[in-house]
Amino acid sequence: MPEIRLDKLVKRYGEVEVLHGVELEMADNEFTVLVGPSGCGKSTTLRMIAGLEDVSDGEIFVDGKPVSHLEPKDRDLAMVFQDYALYPHMNVAQNISFALRLARRPKAEINAKVREVAEMVGLTDFLHRKPGALSGGQRQRVAMARALAKDSSIFLFDEPLSNLDAKLRGQMRAELALMSARVEKNMIYVTHDQIEAMTLADRIVVMHGGYIQQQGTPEELFKRPVNKFVAGFLGMPPMNFLNGELSERDGAVFVQGAGFDLRLSDAKAAVARAHSSRNVVLGVRPSDLTFDSAAPSDQALQLGVEVSEYVGAQSVLLCKAGPGRVTVEVNSETPMAIGETLTFAVNPERVHLFDQQSEIAI
Amino acid sequence: MSLARANRLTPWMFLAPAAVIMAIALIYPLGYMIWGSFRAWDPSQTIGEAEFVGLKNYVTLWNDPNFRESLGVTLRFAFVVVVVEMVIGVGLALLLDRDIRGMSLLRTMFILPMMIAPVVVGLMWRYMYHPTVGTFNRTLESIGLPTVDWLGQHALLSVIIADIWQWTPFIFILSLAALQSLPRSALEAARIDGATAWQQIWHIKLPLMMPVLIVTGLLRLIDAFKVLEVILVLTEGGPGLSTEILALRISRTATEFRELGVAAAMSNYLLILLLLLTMAMFAFTRWQEARAARIRAASEDDQ
Ligand SMILES: Nc1ncnc2c1ncn2[C@@H]1O[C@H](COP(=O)(O)OP(=O)(O)OP(=O)(O)O)[C@@H](O)[C@H]1O
Ligand SMILES: [Mg+2]
Repeated sequence: MPEIRLDKLVKRYGEVEVLHGVELEMADNEFTVLVGPSGCGKSTTLRMIAGLEDVSDGEIFVDGKPVSHLEPKDRDLAMVFQDYALYPHMNVAQNISFALRLARRPKAEINAKVREVAEMVGLTDFLHRKPGALSGGQRQRVAMARALAKDSSIFLFDEPLSNLDAKLRGQMRAELALMSARVEKNMIYVTHDQIEAMTLADRIVVMHGGYIQQQGTPEELFKRPVNKFVAGFLGMPPMNFLNGELSERDGAVFVQGAGFDLRLSDAKAAVARAHSSRNVVLGVRPSDLTFDSAAPSDQALQLGVEVSEYVGAQSVLLCKAGPGRVTVEVNSETPMAIGETLTFAVNPERVHLFDQQSEIAI
Repeated sequence: MSLARANRLTPWMFLAPAAVIMAIALIYPLGYMIWGSFRAWDPSQTIGEAEFVGLKNYVTLWNDPNFRESLGVTLRFAFVVVVVEMVIGVGLALLLDRDIRGMSLLRTMFILPMMIAPVVVGLMWRYMYHPTVGTFNRTLESIGLPTVDWLGQHALLSVIIADIWQWTPFIFILSLAALQSLPRSALEAARIDGATAWQQIWHIKLPLMMPVLIVTGLLRLIDAFKVLEVILVLTEGGPGLSTEILALRISRTATEFRELGVAAAMSNYLLILLLLLTMAMFAFTRWQEARAARIRAASEDDQ
């Protein structure tokens, strides 16, 4: 239930600095998700909170008290490891109950707890198997059950669902969402699956190259990304980026580039005017483009449709826009002529502008 | 010869050289020894000339108090050294399994004793144990303690100490290798689950090292039953029969008493003993596995 605060957390391996002063606050009873590309330092951050890695610089506070000198066992936390980390010589029940047995809880309580969590993750049939005789997904569920059995106030998850099949993953995700709503715990969850991030998180923290790029609610991050990286990282299929130039005519601000000349909304125009550089990147999500041949040319993109990928109710069109590529998400029912240049309407409220140089949102 | 037949014979052809070497190097001498143990055989005779006496050599040995004494010494020696070496070796490995500056140098130094030829070890310790000029007694004297009659009254103990000094490193490096190949993340999970350093050793490290430890212990046990040089140089089996281990008695029976048949019979007793030990060990692990499988099967039937 505690509040966790990372204060200018730095991690160095010898000469190499992999975390550069991470500042993060995780409120009481909050589900925080760390996302970012592989190697950005998510696991390292998590392991430092757990006490498995030394803190090179900075401090970790739990409920206002510094904890970075404490052993993992004194931090009251449970963790699910990226590579399961099961005890190979113990069967599933023993794996799950290890922490409770060390804590010398009564036998009846231990047995009840093991049954409860095994039920929760669907492992009741495997309680007496050793990890070696389980599939990857089953092992991952044991790792999950082991963490759940331990009634800690902080839960750390390092990609706990990465080895499950799509159906099981959906089930476990729902199970986790239910659990996080039910129990008063502080959960920190690492993943690079953005669906997990979006669905589970109270707050998403996007990391890249050892820096935090942005943090906020899933909606905030999706609607108002602070830079091009975050904008491109969240959302599937990813946001389209088109280079353009700002220009002013007839009292309005336009972004002009290969195949488009968009008029900005008044609100966007005001910030664009205040911006010093004229060279910008226009960001449009594939879902914010609609096929509409009647759209006025200052609110539309001209795109040459090359390929259509059918994914069920939706189809993803890969289109050519000048030198670059643009993806568009359309209803599969819409008839599409492959190979023709078509007009797609853009909602001017939904476009994003980034500085070309710094890639920061304007 | 048809192709299919040739194909079937191929594996045997590849095995043949190994089989021949095995026959010459292992089966033949072993057979020779067993054959010889049934004869009253003098080194001046060929084995064919020696008189066949049946089980007489074995029976005589069984009733010979000196042989039994020697067997007892061997058993005591072997079990004490293996137990002490296992405890110290594994303990040291657990202690030194960490990344501290200079640790690799320390580890290298630890295994030096193992690299010294046993005869040299014997000579070295014999000098150190010497009643008047030996290192130990001089040290004891200089700090005002009474001297110890190392190779007399406490001969077996002294021999045991020398063996422990030489062979603990063997267990140390094998345990260290086993430790370093343990899954790191399982140990991290144990730290999070609340295990203290001792509990990590007891519940995670030792059980996971067990297969390696069993084999290491068995290897040391087999070796300890056959130790010869160090004791030969240190005490020559004396005083009395107090350090006359079987290997030493065998060599003396063959060379001093010139009774090759009896020596062969003695060797066979030793061999049988070692075989029994090895088989007991394997039976034990098999039994454990079977028990685990039974428990599992029983619990899966319940459902
Ligand atoms: N022991 C180490 N020595 C040196 N560098 C390391 C060490 N451990 C991790 N790193 C580096 O630190 C960086 C962050 O690693 P980390 O494991 O936190 O990545 P991650 O975000 O969890 O990635 P993934 O999604 O692939 O698990 C990586 O660039 C990695 O190469
Ligand atoms: Mg990771």
